[in-house]
Amino acid sequence: MSEKKQIRIATRNSGFIDPENIDSYIAAGGYLALAKCIEEMTPAQVIDEMKASGLRGRGGAGFPTGVKWGFAAGYKSDTKYVVCNADEGDPGAFMDRAILEGDPHSVLEAMAIGGYAIGGNKGTIYIRAEYPLAIKRLKIAIEQAEEKGMLGKNIFGSDFSFDLDIKYGAGAFVCGEETALINSMEGDRGEPYTKPPFPAEAGYWDKPTIVNNVETLAAIPAILTKGASWFNQIGTETSKGTKVFCIVGKINNVGLIEVPMGITLKEVIFDVGGGVPNGKEFKAVQTGGPSGGALTFKDLDVKIDYEGLAACQSMMGSGGMIVMDEDDCMVAVSKFFLDFTMEETCGKCTPCRIGSKRIYETLDRITMGQGTMDDIENLKLMSTVIKDTALCGLGQTMPNPVLSTMRVFEDEYRAHVIDKKCPAGVCTSLLEFVVVDEKCVGCTLCAKVCPVDCISGKVKEVHVIDQAACIKCGACLEKCKFDAIIKR
Amino acid sequence: MQTSTCQNSGDCKIPDRATLPRDLYRKLADFVAALPQKEGHMVTVLHKAQSLFGYLPREVQEFVAQQMGEPLAKVYGVVSFYTFFTMVPKGKYPISICMGTACFVLGAENVVESFQKVLGNIEVGEVTHDGKFSIDCLRCVGACALAPVVMIGEKVYAKVTPDMVKGIISDFS
Repeated sequence: MSEKKQIRIATRNSGFIDPENIDSYIAAGGYLALAKCIEEMTPAQVIDEMKASGLRGRGGAGFPTGVKWGFAAGYKSDTKYVVCNADEGDPGAFMDRAILEGDPHSVLEAMAIGGYAIGGNKGTIYIRAEYPLAIKRLKIAIEQAEEKGMLGKNIFGSDFSFDLDIKYGAGAFVCGEETALINSMEGDRGEPYTKPPFPAEAGYWDKPTIVNNVETLAAIPAILTKGASWFNQIGTETSKGTKVFCIVGKINNVGLIEVPMGITLKEVIFDVGGGVPNGKEFKAVQTGGPSGGALTFKDLDVKIDYEGLAACQSMMGSGGMIVMDEDDCMVAVSKFFLDFTMEETCGKCTPCRIGSKRIYETLDRITMGQGTMDDIENLKLMSTVIKDTALCGLGQTMPNPVLSTMRVFEDEYRAHVIDKKCPAGVCTSLLEFVVVDEKCVGCTLCAKVCPVDCISGKVKEVHVIDQAACIKCGACLEKCKFDAIIKR
Repeated sequence: MQTSTCQNSGDCKIPDRATLPRDLYRKLADFVAALPQKEGHMVTVLHKAQSLFGYLPREVQEFVAQQMGEPLAKVYGVVSFYTFFTMVPKGKYPISICMGTACFVLGAENVVESFQKVLGNIEVGEVTHDGKFSIDCLRCVGACALAPVVMIGEKVYAKVTPDMVKGIISDFS
């Protein structure tokens, strides 16, 4: 059942070919698209074909790839660059790593095609230093492609030449943003700059530059081999083709899937993903990483494409899907993401630098049971302002986790503030540890392990926890052999 | 960038910064000299420096600045921006605990606490007194299907629970 829902385009070769052997890729139809472009098509025809396919950037923002290439082709310059964005910093997503490790040549081939289309002959892959195996396989792939004449001077005997090199990231989430990425490639702090000029006009070393994500690139050879009309039949009106998602967290079938755009959330979670383990209730799925939002049990019929997700205050992002069940507290999850963006904000613009800190502090107060109703209103206000005023994609999307969870789980926020309770039982400050009278045998183990001596009771008598003194460490609950201590 | 309280108090055994091996400096200088051009390679050079020295103290940053013909402030700006670069040395066996979303949802926080407890209550970013272990939290190692994930050096531990921590540490003693 799950097999039928999946269509593999970007991941067509992963797991089927030997990624360290170029002949294996060629046998699977590799480098045919590049040959076809160079020998049978003009650069303008390649760009038209890309536009017709409707392929949109898979890194998250969803900008049409053909249009981006068209812009870069329109500028006159002695040098133009093709950059592959492999700085997959989104926690919970690893499709780029999987593609680079499983099918590196498809990315190289697409970059050469991009170079041919825009009139550029230099390419750079910007990859996270945290992916050593992907780096190793890319290096092997580049070397083999150069030996075979698929890269380098006069490819396929034509007068088109294309050289590739690799640059390493150094662990900064904001470098996934294309202008920050370009700064980082130039050896500087990876801070974004104001667009325009867009990289297609003045990017790497102020030359016209196209920046494409790994998954976008991996789909391109397949599109050009089989034709735009094949690709644009798959998907929805505005979002063509397939998308790779990582379904992880509390789900039975963990891993990468590639499904057509427009599939419903229900199909992804329950058909492909096999549902939530241990008989728990499905609560929400975080899409788009820290920049995205939560789709909830109320959104199961939402069609997953760029517009469908945006309507739920989320975004496509790179395709991470973290499944959460009834035991996850949405306020704590929002706090987790804000902690992330607070750490990763580059600090250049005020709304992001200060806003992330203020939102985090507010969420922290709420999870500690010190929140007020004003805090909830302020959260909404701050989120809206930051969304409107931040400089780059990181800041503009940073409030999404708050806004999207508030949409459905505002009662959960209110429960933390008004009732001082965490309905999911996650926020320890709001929990009470109590002894169940019927189960307690008076073994005194809990009293002995308690670090603040707040449990009293004689041997073989029911024990009592002094709530005022309890620090909620949970040591007693772990120690009790009779399940006589519960948290609520 | 991290600073370490144990480094400030001098509790952990950190190699003396003044006596970093001279041949490592020479290797770094050779690496810089072999670059096609210096412009745009600051991050590349710092990667090399960290792989040689293990960390980037002020002395190494000064050397990089001098070799690259850039002000020290620029080098420090780059080093402090990226989390991959560290100004304090790591333990002999650096413990990296993934705190990506998948790992978080499946309880990585408890794993961190457990490591801290077993290693004598050191903070994240610090080194144990004997210089053997250091604890760091990573954003995502891209192995979400194996969450929660812990890496010690090159060795990967999958689906780690707090109970497994003692056993994992004993692999290295």
